[in-house]
Amino acid sequence: MAGKTIEDINAKIADGSVHVVTAEEMPDIVAELGPDGAAKEIDIVTTGTFGAMCSSGAFFNLGHSDPPIKMQKVWLNDVEAYAGLAAIDAYIGASQLSKSRGMEYGGAHVIEDLVAGKSIDIHATAYGTDCYPRKVLDTTVTIDDINQATMCNPRNGYQKYNVATNCSDRTLYTYMGTLLPDCGNVTYSGAGVLSPIYNDPTYQTIGLGSRIFLCGGQGYVTGQGTQHDPANNFATMMVQGDLKQMDKKYVRGATFHGYGTSLYVGIGIPIPILNADIAKATAVTDADITVDVLDYGVARRSRPVLRQVTYEELKSGMIDINGREITTSPMSSFHDARAIAGELKDWIQKGTFYPTLPVERLPGTGVECKPMKQIGEQPTVADVIAKRVITIQQGLTVEDAAKVIMEGNFNHLPVVSDKGRLVGIITAWDIAKAVAKNKRDKLDDIMTRAVVTADANEPIDIVARRLEQHNISALPVVDKHSRVMGIITSDDISKLVARR
Amino acid sequence: MKITLHVTPDITPRPLVAEVILETRVLLNIDWASVKPKGGGGEVAIDVPHDQYDQVAAAFEKRGATITALVQPVIKDDDECVNCGACISVCPTGVISFRDDWSVQMDLEKCVQCGACVTMCPHAALKVGKY
Repeated sequence: MAGKTIEDINAKIADGSVHVVTAEEMPDIVAELGPDGAAKEIDIVTTGTFGAMCSSGAFFNLGHSDPPIKMQKVWLNDVEAYAGLAAIDAYIGASQLSKSRGMEYGGAHVIEDLVAGKSIDIHATAYGTDCYPRKVLDTTVTIDDINQATMCNPRNGYQKYNVATNCSDRTLYTYMGTLLPDCGNVTYSGAGVLSPIYNDPTYQTIGLGSRIFLCGGQGYVTGQGTQHDPANNFATMMVQGDLKQMDKKYVRGATFHGYGTSLYVGIGIPIPILNADIAKATAVTDADITVDVLDYGVARRSRPVLRQVTYEELKSGMIDINGREITTSPMSSFHDARAIAGELKDWIQKGTFYPTLPVERLPGTGVECKPMKQIGEQPTVADVIAKRVITIQQGLTVEDAAKVIMEGNFNHLPVVSDKGRLVGIITAWDIAKAVAKNKRDKLDDIMTRAVVTADANEPIDIVARRLEQHNISALPVVDKHSRVMGIITSDDISKLVARR
Repeated sequence: MKITLHVTPDITPRPLVAEVILETRVLLNIDWASVKPKGGGGEVAIDVPHDQYDQVAAAFEKRGATITALVQPVIKDDDECVNCGACISVCPTGVISFRDDWSVQMDLEKCVQCGACVTMCPHAALKVGKY
């Protein structure tokens, strides 16, 4: 089949005869006309996505002060930017937090405020040189006062993203939002049918030099994004654009409670329909895109996969997990993804946007997303726990427990049933309280029943965080039958750290 | 509709809500209640059927309590909201949903002011309405 060239398409944009549709309209068109017919009829398919993209940031150049300074450290509205570049260049990352306001305000908000035309307070420090004698600088600028302000995002526009839920018994605060305990909710991200890369999954038209809609301005794909993983349909892009052209509507600072800040970035990619294969790919629907539902209750790199779902199921508002219907909610905005695909379509029809073909396509092979190479020991609970643990039988008295603790010279005493299962825990402090209140009889009355435990295979870092979160100093280590295998205390962890 | 009952210290010990329910036979749903330290009185947020509001208000006022009606239990700042819908899955009473065009809508009648959506919102677009 004879295809079209990008020059043919751009000529049609110039004379106003171009035929553009959004990726939402394309499945019906391909179903009706077939890929060949659709390729003849349609010139460009526009895509869109608007969601949290943490790996985002911007370079800026402040212009030279007098006397000049070579900034060693710089803060914008109290958010530190990386200044290890030439004199007054710096890079602000979306997820850097404000020194004074913490998670409420971060690099992402600085970028939004710049785009919105607001004043930004700059504070910089330096060591001073013969050519750059100044050591401290304080000024206030808007985006119009500075030279370049260039968004440069190392990883944006994930082709699709894993779905999050939480099988643990406590609320988690993650980059996928608040995850309620006992699989209380499900969150997901991504535009599905409008996903830029899913509409061109072999990157026929996406790569270095592809002109795109970036946050309301015209930007470019500058190559593969970090963690680009074509083999698993987790492709990503690096993108760049001029902050001065952007629209606040499509660049939004965000805070995920208990996690940190991120930037909502709006990206729309035009897919020039050069041939039937490209037309066919743009017929992808929500039902065609499958993602894993992961249990974020497991704080490890490999989280358990609970099931697979399609975007169609996710967008229905409910999915089934282990026989229960759980409410889903997106973290990205489909409403605004649609607005972006629509706006890009509008630009092309009006002749203000001309698509380009990449100088170099995103790589489809030869790229691998590897886990980190870690050196040194990663100690687990099993490496540090006291193997011989003393427990006490349920049903005994407070006085019995006091004796055991005295003789053993420790603070935490797990209470077990006659079958050896953990049913509670007693501390020396519990006993002191009980004696003070004259409650010396049954242990059951004073023990803590909701015991926080650890597993022998867990990394120490995770257990240390659990101790801190619950504000306690020891965890019984149990097997899957709740039998006590040992106990890990904050003392054990301190000793381990001291040895390192 | 949502109302807040303001109770002065002198009548705090009385089972006011129970008395009003027995007198009016109206099913009242308590969203939350807060009793302040000694001398501070208290507040009770109550869901009242629209058509029985006058009757219920009169019964409470007769007993010395004052009432304010809550117009908006949760307030959404449309300039900040990006219509992502993150709030939907944490709401315990199903207040929030998508319209056909994927914009977010709220059925405020169902709101119990728990604040879960406020914490979830990545764009600080939501706040719990004050009385």
